[in-house]
Amino acid sequence: MSAVSFQNVTKTFVSGDRTVRALQGVSFDIAQGEFFGLLGPNGAGKTTLISILAGLSRATSGAVTVQGHDVVSDYASARRTLGVVPQELVFDPFFSVRETLRIQSAYFGLRRNDDWIDELLANLGLSDKAEANMRQLSGGMKRRVLVAQALVHRPPVIVLDEPTAGVDVELRQTLWHFIAQLNKQGHTVLLTTHYLEEAEALCHRIGMLKQGQLVALDRTSALLAGTASTMLRFKTDGVLPAALADKARVTGRVVQLPAHDAIEVEQILADLRAARCKVEDLEMGRADLEDVFLAIMQGQQGVSA
Amino acid sequence: MTWLASVQGARPLFVKEVLRFWKVSFQTIGAPVLTAVLYLLIFGHVLQDHVEVFKGVSYTRFLIPGLVMMSLLQNAFANSSSSLIQSKITGNLVFVLLTPLSHRAWFLAYVGASLVRGLAVGLGVFAVTAFFALPGLAEPWWALVFAVLGGTLLGALGLIAGLWADKFDQMAAFQNFIIMPMTFLSGVFYSVHSLPPFWQGLSHLNPFFYLIDGFRRGFFGASDVSPWLSLGVVATAALGVSALALQLLRRGYKIRH
Repeated sequence: MSAVSFQNVTKTFVSGDRTVRALQGVSFDIAQGEFFGLLGPNGAGKTTLISILAGLSRATSGAVTVQGHDVVSDYASARRTLGVVPQELVFDPFFSVRETLRIQSAYFGLRRNDDWIDELLANLGLSDKAEANMRQLSGGMKRRVLVAQALVHRPPVIVLDEPTAGVDVELRQTLWHFIAQLNKQGHTVLLTTHYLEEAEALCHRIGMLKQGQLVALDRTSALLAGTASTMLRFKTDGVLPAALADKARVTGRVVQLPAHDAIEVEQILADLRAARCKVEDLEMGRADLEDVFLAIMQGQQGVSA
Repeated sequence: MTWLASVQGARPLFVKEVLRFWKVSFQTIGAPVLTAVLYLLIFGHVLQDHVEVFKGVSYTRFLIPGLVMMSLLQNAFANSSSSLIQSKITGNLVFVLLTPLSHRAWFLAYVGASLVRGLAVGLGVFAVTAFFALPGLAEPWWALVFAVLGGTLLGALGLIAGLWADKFDQMAAFQNFIIMPMTFLSGVFYSVHSLPPFWQGLSHLNPFFYLIDGFRRGFFGASDVSPWLSLGVVATAALGVSALALQLLRRGYKIRH
């Protein structure tokens, strides 16, 4: 049995005379114990797909199951097995951290859950904030509480919707350490993120969404091996010649160009020299997930799952 | 899920909803009690020697049950409606949406907490006004029945309003253009028999009139219409509004897209 299964899921929003097809027949499965990454640009349908999984939204057609439970017809069992960390930084201003977690436990029928709540607080670096009111917490601390809230009922499937957006390095480290530990203990994790290095480091398998369609689905290592091979990286303040600018991925001063072999490298260097473009910190490296992501997002054809 | 299971499921959400208003009880209970007492002081003082509705019942005594019921109804409505719209707008409704709670559990929790808030405010008004006058308790069971039915009806109505409204000003419109006129035209401050025939007829179409009239019966043993008629009207209204609220919750109206 798959931990999560999406079968031909579509979602159409109608507002006025405008129809938006947010999901156009998405199908894939996540295996038990897998750490799965769902990537895609803003508006690709990631959050819509997760909302349907969590019961916050309803699919126009198709079926979604969690641990074999249909999210519509058997929603209570499905939601019991699912822990969702929402993307928005929301909180209930009436309660303290501990009250928030106790209330959330009670919703799932857990009356005496303080041992696990204490463990969650300790693992997320929240122990000294337990009695603080939610309003008094910084953004990062509120984010930690959101994670704890999603885990109060020890769900076998954990969904994190961009949990590290706007989060400092320390929390990111704490969070990933804890989530990776839970994953090792057998929890299935579904992660959406814009930080591709995070997805590359954590996820066993990756699916990429583009305009409501699945355009890639493979093991992370296979995706990395499949597309571009090696990249030439350097820093420059100069203007790139047009022939190179078309192929280049530029991040501030850093320029990356695909270079498959020595001949291509020589050609690039010759072009740079001809354009009198001064470069620093020249290096060769393996393509990373961001290169794969860009190649797939710029490509036309969908990858059938 | 059966109703029995829903009652168990509703408990934590009910407790949370009660805690929510209890933590700010100064404004959720104290303020409406103060308002009601001001009404009693002003209207009671001005009209004391001019109006006698029931024989041998002073105006101040007549007014107290009306004020108690009015405060109960308004606060039952305010509790479910403001909780829902606040949670919708701040986004923290997601914490409840993610749980396995059924639509029946939602209904029981929100309406139950509204009823508790309404009864708490009603008792508060009753306790404070007791310093001025005691209305008596001729047929207390009627007072209890109408208090519970009124709190339920308005709690369910507040639930519908809270689901429907997307913004605070829509909620204010619901309150100012529906709830307020219905309360004021219900005979809180007067007997509808003293009104011209047209307004008297209109008042008889207002379920709030039957709530107030039936509630008053419990104190004075006298009423404008038979308490059984009032019970029929109020119970029908409560059932109808509850059925609509349950249906909207089941469909996830404006909360599950």
